[in-house]
Amino acid sequence: MTLVMDRPEIAPQPATEDEKTTGGLVIFAWSGELDKIWPTLILANTAAALGKPVTVFFTFWGLFPLVKNDRGITGDGWMQKMLSFMNRGGLKNMKLSKMNFMGMGPSMMKTLAKRYSVSSPQDLLDTAKEMGVKLIPCQMTMDLMGLTKDDLIDGLEEPAGAATALAVAEGATTLFI
Amino acid sequence: MTITIARTLDVKGLSCPIPIVKTAQAMKQLVAGDVIEVLATDPGSVKDFAAWSKATRNPLIESSQEGGVFRFVLQKKG
Repeated sequence: MTLVMDRPEIAPQPATEDEKTTGGLVIFAWSGELDKIWPTLILANTAAALGKPVTVFFTFWGLFPLVKNDRGITGDGWMQKMLSFMNRGGLKNMKLSKMNFMGMGPSMMKTLAKRYSVSSPQDLLDTAKEMGVKLIPCQMTMDLMGLTKDDLIDGLEEPAGAATALAVAEGATTLFI
Repeated sequence: MTITIARTLDVKGLSCPIPIVKTAQAMKQLVAGDVIEVLATDPGSVKDFAAWSKATRNPLIESSQEGGVFRFVLQKKG
């Protein structure tokens, strides 16, 4: 039996050697909370230090830490605008998943981190870029939440979809955080 | 045989994962066979440097402690 495809150009293409992360680490960063994005960045940096190729795919709430800190209200229409007001983007505006205490929790956590010389999420994000960690924003989330490339920080990969993320994840250790 | 230390990396006071990250970065600037000495104070680094050495196959020649400072001597693999 011969299968004829009408549009061969839309057939899923296998990931190229350059795109694959065989033996590496792929993290799906779904949560935008400080206490989840922090270990995500620690693991990404550590894996990169171990010489592994590392990709972090930022989706849903996970995209908000990549918004520029001073971005304010984003999106079109009242729903997206309200979303960005209720869930402020930017790494420095992230909340804790527990003991947030209306923002006191994160600032106490950052004070403790400084006291015990634990690197801040911002330092870890900068280091991750230096270490060649690929940071991919999810295109679908950007559309849904009303975020444009201009709303996001520099140094990211081109926005992509789930197929890219899964293709990259082939042969890699994957985490969903 | 005497070992010549090509570089000393001071990561005292820094916490996981920075000692390892900085070591990996420093290692890139060395040539095969070079020896690097890393000084750290993070107690977790003892296990981490052993694990890093194993994973990257850069031999850990020495892992010692003196007065709260951990000293790791690593050689860049050939």
